[in-house]
Amino acid sequence: MSEPNIDEAVVRPGEALDLPERAAAEHVTLNERRAQQVIAMGGGDWAEVTARAHAEGDDDLMVINMGPQHPSTHGVLRLVVELRGEAVISCQPVVGYLHTGIEKSAEYRTWVQGVTFVTRMDYLSPIFNETAYCLAVEKLLGVEAPPRAQALRVLLMELNRVASHLVWLATTGLELGALSVMLYGFREREEILDILEEITGLRMNHAWVRPAGVSQDLPDGTEERVRRFAGDMRGKIDEYETLLTRNPIWLERTRGIGHLSVDQLTGLGITGPMLRAGGVAHDLRKAEPYCGYEQYDFEVPTATDSDVYARYQVRIAEMRESLKIIEQVLDALPDGPVMIADPKIAWPARLALGPDGLGNSPAHVQHIMGESMEALIHHFKMVTEGIKVPAGEVYTTVESPRGELGYHVVSDGGNLPYRVHVRDPSFVNLQAVPVMMNGLLMADIIAALSSIDPVLGGVDR
Amino acid sequence: MPPETATQPPDALQPVLTGLRERFGDAVREIGGHRGEVTVELDPASLVEVATWLRDDPAAAFGHLSDLSGTDYPERPDRLCVDYHLYSREHNVRLRLKVRVTVAEPRLPTVTGVWPTANWHEREVYDFFGVRFDGHPNLVRILMPEDWKGYPHRKDYPLGGVDVDYIGAHVPPPDTRRYKGGWTST
Repeated sequence: MSEPNIDEAVVRPGEALDLPERAAAEHVTLNERRAQQVIAMGGGDWAEVTARAHAEGDDDLMVINMGPQHPSTHGVLRLVVELRGEAVISCQPVVGYLHTGIEKSAEYRTWVQGVTFVTRMDYLSPIFNETAYCLAVEKLLGVEAPPRAQALRVLLMELNRVASHLVWLATTGLELGALSVMLYGFREREEILDILEEITGLRMNHAWVRPAGVSQDLPDGTEERVRRFAGDMRGKIDEYETLLTRNPIWLERTRGIGHLSVDQLTGLGITGPMLRAGGVAHDLRKAEPYCGYEQYDFEVPTATDSDVYARYQVRIAEMRESLKIIEQVLDALPDGPVMIADPKIAWPARLALGPDGLGNSPAHVQHIMGESMEALIHHFKMVTEGIKVPAGEVYTTVESPRGELGYHVVSDGGNLPYRVHVRDPSFVNLQAVPVMMNGLLMADIIAALSSIDPVLGGVDR
Repeated sequence: MPPETATQPPDALQPVLTGLRERFGDAVREIGGHRGEVTVELDPASLVEVATWLRDDPAAAFGHLSDLSGTDYPERPDRLCVDYHLYSREHNVRLRLKVRVTVAEPRLPTVTGVWPTANWHEREVYDFFGVRFDGHPNLVRILMPEDWKGYPHRKDYPLGGVDVDYIGAHVPPPDTRRYKGGWTST
């Protein structure tokens, strides 16, 4: 690999080049001085330790490394925090610890196999990844999934949105000391994961949405189960609200924390609940409807304060809206196939849901193994070589629980994607960290970071 | 499959495309459409000027840079391609800007001054494709380790089969990797 020889000043992450000039100069000399300074922290009274630290340096700036293994950084996020006492002077996020090269790997697998890669990115909202990717492939192919498949995608996406917001609520509650909310949030999420397992065969990483359809229809009895869940869930959300919405500690910890103005939100490209908590009623489900979202009646919740509490309000309201959509999907679920009829695109295997979560379709096996040589050849070609997608490039988006999830997919006309680039909302939203944290107290970092709801699997890809 | 028809840009984009042609003339190399999406290929030198106009002109109002992604087309002389996916909340339209640079001179002006969100996106494109964004406030690798050699998303970079070097540690490629109380190569 020959690298062009271009001289450039390399600045390490955490060195905060965006500080004003004077502060930056001060910062560098401080860092140099700090590098010489050794303070033994072998125990003893804290006042003595800090007094010793103060005596050796003439400043009270302190750099703290938070993460990449830290329980409240939502995965392997690293924050380099500079403190003066308890006050945050700067906070620089460092990412990349979970990079797995999914985008590169996808270039070496067929179009259908791509689904199994992308579902592993943002592991709290796998259905959104799958749908956004499949919408891109469908747009390149110039086809649409059948209406029943579209409706089922919406159903699972909204279930997934509730599950994702529940994890957000649970972990944020935990980090701010509301332990019961953590227990309740994960309890209800478990029910959603059970439903998803019943439908797709897996709790996570479903690979259930396929180009031009979905892999399986709903099993018998699932509709009732989802309906029951949606009914129960409303009461559960009320319970969370009684615990938190007027809880003085919760209010104290969340109000006025992590404020971002609309200009900052727009400039930083922030989308999703964070943008809506700033008063901008932008939701891609309304702005650029996909999968038939225009048929469903739901609101886009907004708040005005643009702080951690406003984001909490928006997410709680969004869960209620998702339940509304889930019920409407079930009321108007169209009949018909869940995979496109075109045999040159549709996945040939007719998998039935068996006790092992997958199982086989005896009728299909009988057909290809016993009746038709052509069907066997077709099945074999479709599975090994896969579909061919016409050359071109598209950018498709869905509204994931964290904001705009975009897929820039390029095809050269072959059976493998030429390029799959993912605009993960967590990746973009994390850029708000340095802006949000300035002037906060150390303890507020946890609340502010959590209000971004980053998923590092999506950030690092 | 519906036949591929000549793409008509959305009505809201017409004044933008007209404005681009009038104001920037030769800097606009090509305006193309595919599957309902409009792509404007630009001369890299005029990128910031065009971007600023697209953000500020009320007919365009592309205040939101959705995505910024790189692609490598090794068969072209200017093989590194960078796409800017713009979105206008006011007009609810999207537009893609495309610029191409060579591997020998992989330099582009930064658009962080126009859309601050480009900061991490440009670091990612630098990390994966080696495109230098002049004027970027902190152009360092973002997802790969800081001391990584090479640009993994270029098409001539292999998938796997490479040595992994960290500061103070070396891991041989997977196909020759053996663990004997530490990683060694066969």
